[in-house]
Amino acid sequence: MPDLLLELFSEEIPARMQARAADDLRRLVTGRLVDAGLLYEGAKAFVTPRRLALSVHGLPARQADVHEEKKGPRVGAPEAAIAGFVKAAGLKSIGEARVQADKKGDFYVAVIEKPGRPAIEVIGEILPDVIGNFSWPKSMRWGTRSKEPGALNWVRPLHSILATFGPETEEPDIVPFKIDGIAAGNVTRGHRFMAPDRIAVRRLADYMQKLDRAKVVLDPERRRDIILAEAKNLAFAQGLELIEDDGLLAEVAGLVEWPVVLTGSFDPGFLHIPPEMIRATIRNNQKCFVLRDPAHAKLADKFILVANIEAEDGGKAILAGNEHVIRARLADAKFFYETDAKTPLEARLEKFKDIVFHEKLGTQWERIERIERLAAELAPLVGADVEKARRAARLCKADLLTEAVGEFPELQGVMGKYYAEEQGEDEAVAHAIEDHYKPQGPDDFVPSEPVSVAVALADKIDTLAGFWAVGEKPTGSKDPFALRRAALGAIRVILDNELRLRLIPLLVDHFGVIAGLDLAIHATATHTQTRKMDHRVKPGDDSRGVDDLLVFLADRLKVQLREQGARHDLVDAVFALEGQDDLVLIVRRVEALGKFLDTEDGKNLLAGYKRATSIIRIEEKRDDRAYKGAPDPKLYELTEEETLAREIQLAKEIAARAIEMEDFEAAMRPMARLRHSVDAFFDKVTVNVEDRGLRENRLRLLNEIRAATRAVADFSRIEG
Amino acid sequence: MNDDLPRHMRPDRSFQGLILALQRYWADWGCVILQPYDMEVGAGTFHPATTLRSLGPRPWNAAYVQPSRRPKDGRYGENPNRLQHYYQLQVILKPSPDDLQELYLQSLRAIGIDPKLHDIRFVEDDWESPTLGAWGLGWECWCDGMEVSQFTYFQQVAGFECAPVSGELTYGLERLAMYVQGVENVFELNFNGREGEEKVTYGDIFLQAEQEYSRHNFEYADTDMLFAQFKMAESACRKYLEAGWKPLPYPPQHAEGGEEVGNRGRHLMVLPAYDQCIKASHIFNLLDARGVISVTERQSYILRVRELAKACGEAWLATEGGGA
Repeated sequence: MPDLLLELFSEEIPARMQARAADDLRRLVTGRLVDAGLLYEGAKAFVTPRRLALSVHGLPARQADVHEEKKGPRVGAPEAAIAGFVKAAGLKSIGEARVQADKKGDFYVAVIEKPGRPAIEVIGEILPDVIGNFSWPKSMRWGTRSKEPGALNWVRPLHSILATFGPETEEPDIVPFKIDGIAAGNVTRGHRFMAPDRIAVRRLADYMQKLDRAKVVLDPERRRDIILAEAKNLAFAQGLELIEDDGLLAEVAGLVEWPVVLTGSFDPGFLHIPPEMIRATIRNNQKCFVLRDPAHAKLADKFILVANIEAEDGGKAILAGNEHVIRARLADAKFFYETDAKTPLEARLEKFKDIVFHEKLGTQWERIERIERLAAELAPLVGADVEKARRAARLCKADLLTEAVGEFPELQGVMGKYYAEEQGEDEAVAHAIEDHYKPQGPDDFVPSEPVSVAVALADKIDTLAGFWAVGEKPTGSKDPFALRRAALGAIRVILDNELRLRLIPLLVDHFGVIAGLDLAIHATATHTQTRKMDHRVKPGDDSRGVDDLLVFLADRLKVQLREQGARHDLVDAVFALEGQDDLVLIVRRVEALGKFLDTEDGKNLLAGYKRATSIIRIEEKRDDRAYKGAPDPKLYELTEEETLAREIQLAKEIAARAIEMEDFEAAMRPMARLRHSVDAFFDKVTVNVEDRGLRENRLRLLNEIRAATRAVADFSRIEG
Repeated sequence: MNDDLPRHMRPDRSFQGLILALQRYWADWGCVILQPYDMEVGAGTFHPATTLRSLGPRPWNAAYVQPSRRPKDGRYGENPNRLQHYYQLQVILKPSPDDLQELYLQSLRAIGIDPKLHDIRFVEDDWESPTLGAWGLGWECWCDGMEVSQFTYFQQVAGFECAPVSGELTYGLERLAMYVQGVENVFELNFNGREGEEKVTYGDIFLQAEQEYSRHNFEYADTDMLFAQFKMAESACRKYLEAGWKPLPYPPQHAEGGEEVGNRGRHLMVLPAYDQCIKASHIFNLLDARGVISVTERQSYILRVRELAKACGEAWLATEGGGA
C-alpha cells in the first residue's frame, strides 16, 4: 500500500512553535484523508528548525467506488414528483432508472455509480488546502509575492515542498500541486552549513537516512535524547552532575538540526553571585545548561552548550566564543548584583510612590502599606512575630526595583532574599521576602515559616480583595492578574499550615482598608500624576464583594478537593452550610463526612435522614411553606413520637459538644442511632392526618432531624 | 574576507575596517550606501530610509550606519558592554530577496566569520516598535552564543501593511567588532586598526562622551525644557502634516452623511513633519531616562508618538516616494 511523504522546508521555525505545528499538520492532513475515504495505517510528524515533515503510511491507491441506490416515486406518480427525482438523482431521464416492485406496487430506483479517484489526485487537492489554511501562532508574508492579496502566510519564508506518494516497491510519484508559486517536488536540502546541497528523496526510510547523512536528525525526540545523554556523559566525565531542565532541553532541541554537545567553563570567581542568577544568565541568554558539583551540592564553574555544527576545528572557536559571551554576561550579572547590594532595600521604597500598581488600586507604595498592615494583623493568628512580619512585608517588593530583577524578572523574591541577607536582616525576614510569592503552581513549594506564611497570605489576600473591590474578577478564560493562582495559593498556604482563620472578618476589614485608603498619601506623587477620587472604590459597597470573593475561594477549594478525590456532593453538602469561612474546618468536615458515610453508622444516618426528610420536602413543596421551629411536646400522641423527640434531643446535645471539639464523626454517631426510632416512628405514626395542628407538629418533629444534621452538613445535597 | 587588505584595514583588527567591509559588501550587492541621518534616533529603523521607504510599492535597497542613542542604557562608561550611544549598520531590502538569509551569511564571511567554524543560529525574535506602530517577524542572529544582528521581515510600519514586505538587517557593530577583535571591553576596541602610538581606541573617542551624557541623561537633562519641546515637536509635526496635503483638482467628495472624504490628493511636506516625529520620540526617551514619566503615562506618550508616526506614514504613501 502506498505511503505519503511531505516536507515543508522553510527558514528557521521558532522552537516554541515546533511541536504544536507537527501535531497540527498530522491531525489536519490525516483528518482530511479520512474525510475523503482514504483510511491509513499510521502517521507520524517530525519537525526541525527548518522543516516540518509528515509521513502517512498504508494509504489506498484510490478511493473506493461508491455504489448508491436511491429510491424514487411510484411508477405513475405525478409528473412533478418524477421530474424532481430525476433531477435530484442526477439522471438524464426517468428511462435511466430501474423499476422495482414491492408489496404496494412498482417504484423507480436510481442506481448511482461513483468511481473512486486516484488517491494522489485527492491528496494533491488536500495538501495545498491544509498548507494555505495552516494556523501558526504568528505568521508572515515575504518577498515579491507579499504585495499580492491572498499571498501565502507561513511562520517564516517557505522555500520548498517535498511531496511523494507511492508503494514501497516502486518509484513514488510527486504529488502534483503548487501553492504560492512553489511546486511540490522530491527534493530537499541537508544541514545549512555542513550539507547544503539538494537531495532527491523517495520515501520516509531513505528520506531519514539521507538526512542523517546530510547532518540532520529529523526526529525531535532523538535530538532531545542525544543532547541529554551527551550532556550527562560530559558532566559525569568531569565528576559533575547536569542540572536537568526539560523546558530548556526542548527549546535547545528545537534550535539545532545536528546537536553537538560541548562543555565550557567560566571564572570560578563568579560563583559568589547567587546561583539562581548564574543559572538564569546562562539559561535565558545563552540557552546553556549549568552543572552541579555533587561533593558540595553547589553550582560548578562549568556549563554545557549545544551547537548546531561539527566545526572544522572541533568546536574550539565556538567554545571560545560562548565562554566570552558568558563571561561578559556574568560580569554584567556581577555588576548588577554588587550595585544593587549597595542600596539598602528600604531606600528603594520611596520610588514606589511613583509607580502605579493598577489605576484603580493606587501605587505600589499603597499596595505595600496594605500588605504590611494585613501581614501584621495575620502574624499573631499564624504564630509569627508581628515586627518581623511587618518588616518582611515592607521589604518584600523592594527587589522589583533592582537591576537584577529588571534583567531577570523570574528572580523576584530570590534576589530580595539575598540583598536582605547582605544587609543583615533576620533570616525569617529574608526567607519571607523570597517565599511570599509562593506557591506559584500546583507543584511549587508552600511556605511554612510563620513570617513567610503571614506575608504570603497578606500578599495574596490583598491582591484578591483589591481586584474584587474594583470589579476586575476573572471571567472565563481571562484572568490577566492571575487571580485564580492567587486564590489557590492562599488556599494551599492555609490548608498546608492548618491555619485556623475566619476569612469573613479578615476580608471585611481588608475591603475597608482598600476602600478607605487615605488619599493624602497621594500628595507625594509627582506633578505628572493625576488621579481622580471617583476612580476609587467607595466605602460601604464592599459586603457584596466579600461574599462574592468567598464564593470564588470556595469554588477554587472545591476544585482542589475534587482533584484530590473528594466526592463533589460531600463538598457541596458542607459548602451549603452558612458562614463557612474557615477553610481548614471545611476540609475536616468533608473528610469526616466521607469517612463516616462509608461506615455502617453512616449508611444508617443517611437512610434515616432521607426517610425523615423526604416527606417534609414533599409537604413543604405542596404547602409552599417551610416547617420549622420546635415541635410542641403536648401534642405528642404516641410513644414513638416521644421516643424520637427524646433521642433527637439527646443526639443534638452530644453533637453540639462534639462540634465544639471539632470532632465531626462523634457528632454524627448519635444521629446515626436515630435510624431505629425513625423507622419505628414511620411504622406507627401517620404524618398526614386531618388535624392540621397535629400534622404540622409531626412535620416539625421530623424537621428537628434535618436541623440537627445541619450541624455537620446539608445532607440533602448528598447523593445515594 | 579580503586577504589582500592591509592589516590596519582588516575587519578583525579595525572597527572602521569592519564598517567599511560591510558597506562594501552591500554596495557590491546593489544597495545605495547612505550616510547616517542627521538627527538623534534610538535605532537605525527610525531613519526615513527605513521607516518611510519601507512603505509603498517601490523597490528600495539601502545600507547605512546609524548612530543610535538610548539614553537609558548609559552606564557612565563603567560597564564594558553598555552604551547610551552606539552604532548600528542597517540594511533595508524591498522586496525581501528570497535568498536574504544566504546574503546575510555571506556578509558575515566578508568580515571574517566563517560559518563552518562558528555556530551561527537564527533564534526567534519578533520585532515590535510601539512608537513606530510597526512589527515584523524574524530572528536574533547568534554567532557562538552572541547576538550579532537582528533579522526582520517587516509586516507593518506606521500602522500600514507592508506591500511588499521589506527585509531588514541590523548589525550591532560594537558587539560584532568586540567579537572579531576578541576584546572584552567595548572601550578597548581598536578603532583605526593601527598599533602603538597611532592606535586610536573606541574609548579614546567615546569614553568621555559616555560619562558626560550619562550624567546628562540621568541627572541634569532639563525636564521642563524637554516637556515643552515634546509638545512643540508634536504640534509642529501635526502642523506640517496638515499644511502638506495638497487637495486634488476636483471638488471634495462627500460620503452619504455629507462628511467630506477622499480629497487628500498628494502630500508635499512629509519629510520635515517626520523629523518632528523623530524628535518627539527622542525627547520621550530622554524624559524616560530621567525617570519623570510614570508607568501609566509612559503608555500615553508612546501612543502620542505612534499617532504622529502613523500620520506621517499615511502622508508618505501620498508622495512620489510612497508610490502615489
